Amino acid sequence: MKAIFILWLRQLKRYWRSRARMVGALGQPLIFLLAFGFGFGPVYHKAEGGDYLQFMVPGVIAMGILFLGVFTGIEMIWDKQFGFLKETFVAPVPRYQIILGRTLGGATVAVMQGIVVLLICLLIGFELKSLWLFPIALVFMLLIGLLCTAIGTAFACVLDDMQGFQLIINFLVMPLFFFSNALFPVQELPNALKVLVHLNPLTYGIDGLRGALSGAGEQHFALDLLILSTITFLVLGLASFLFSRIRL
Amino acid sequence: MIEAQHLTKYYDDFCAVSDISFSVAQGKIFAFLGPNGAGKTTTIKMLTTMLKPSQGQLTVNGYDTVKNPLEVRRSFGIVFQDPSLDEELTAYENMVLHGMLYDVTSAKRKERITTLLKLVELDTRQDEYIKNYSGGMKRRLEIARGLLHEPKVLFLDEPTLGLDPQTRNLIWGYIKNLSVSQQVTVFFTTHYMDEADKIADEIAIIDNGKIVANGTAQSLKEQTQKPTLEEAFIALTGHTIRDEIPSSTDRMRLRRRVWKR
Repeated sequence: MKAIFILWLRQLKRYWRSRARMVGALGQPLIFLLAFGFGFGPVYHKAEGGDYLQFMVPGVIAMGILFLGVFTGIEMIWDKQFGFLKETFVAPVPRYQIILGRTLGGATVAVMQGIVVLLICLLIGFELKSLWLFPIALVFMLLIGLLCTAIGTAFACVLDDMQGFQLIINFLVMPLFFFSNALFPVQELPNALKVLVHLNPLTYGIDGLRGALSGAGEQHFALDLLILSTITFLVLGLASFLFSRIRL
Repeated sequence: MIEAQHLTKYYDDFCAVSDISFSVAQGKIFAFLGPNGAGKTTTIKMLTTMLKPSQGQLTVNGYDTVKNPLEVRRSFGIVFQDPSLDEELTAYENMVLHGMLYDVTSAKRKERITTLLKLVELDTRQDEYIKNYSGGMKRRLEIARGLLHEPKVLFLDEPTLGLDPQTRNLIWGYIKNLSVSQQVTVFFTTHYMDEADKIADEIAIIDNGKIVANGTAQSLKEQTQKPTLEEAFIALTGHTIRDEIPSSTDRMRLRRRVWKR
């Protein structure tokens, strides 16, 4: 337990101390929020979709969590390269505890980022459907955070250096974000795209989050929760397996 | 304290360590010497449970490294060839992290950290980030960290690489002292033959995965009829220069240095 706690705390400290990263990670969701939120808002409204801000804020929060979670996971490559991982590997701690501590830390950091995005959204006019549903939103944020950190970690396990970083951004993070229901509703999409969006675990996270924050989820959170948590545990299991096979 | 019997490691077809046997008694200082790529690091990795031997038996502090890795890990401290500190944390935080990983109780941890930081003369700078530390300071901190959980065995993989003579002297001073006063068993590798000559109770020389000679520094010199250990080493391992393929780590280090400017 101590080991899990201290590795969790380490992630938090690293996040807290690198202000540049904190601000940097905020930039992207904010740009989307301003450009898309206000740019497409009127169009969306005319199409009788309702208030676009209410629709997209959960997506933008998920984006913040997605980016930070994947980055925090991938950051492990540096620990691999600059030795810190070795320190944890020769410690009398089973590997699953190491990865659990790291992933929980990454997820916590990502959720904090999500909350900061939410606060900013509240400032520019987003309205919470109900304060009572906020804990449910937190659960979804945490699951999205765990999922994304685990994805990042899994990649960090198989990559040896940051050469593949751009690849991950363009072929993993971007598609996860764009081929989801973050920016547009799913019902009217062409079938092929619809399938793609429904294969994307983030979609269920965003749908749950949207249900809890704006009260406009497409399906009940219980179903979202079930699907999202199942996939999250599978990915965590995969990351944990890959982690156990790292040879330094 | 350390027992290796017929230890062998294959990487696919390549045999990195081939049927080596040695033992180190408690409180002894053992030097493991060899040219680049001879199998030193592979052996240390097997000793520290990071790699499983392909064949052979290996025990540290009486525990089998394959069957009982967690007990083995509790028994040793290690200073790696490359730094393994978290640069974004302070020296004190790195120590606390280590203590927590090794499940040292809170009171004990505080006491040990204070003593050890004083020992390596870093107590006045314990709250600085590691990224502001020099190479020598990092190495001293790693030694202090390796000793935090009171290990029975200390592994040192080229602990004085790239350090100035003052720091090297200081470090060997601590280590000698530890083995005498607390009966810590020390297993180290180095390329500085004079260090091995001065410090080690026993020396093994490994080349191409095999131990080619072992004994005290004196006996190695007599065996080869050379006046210094360095000449004895060269007589035993030949003049050929061994090239190592740069690892991705080295490339990464280079890149980071470029990026920092």
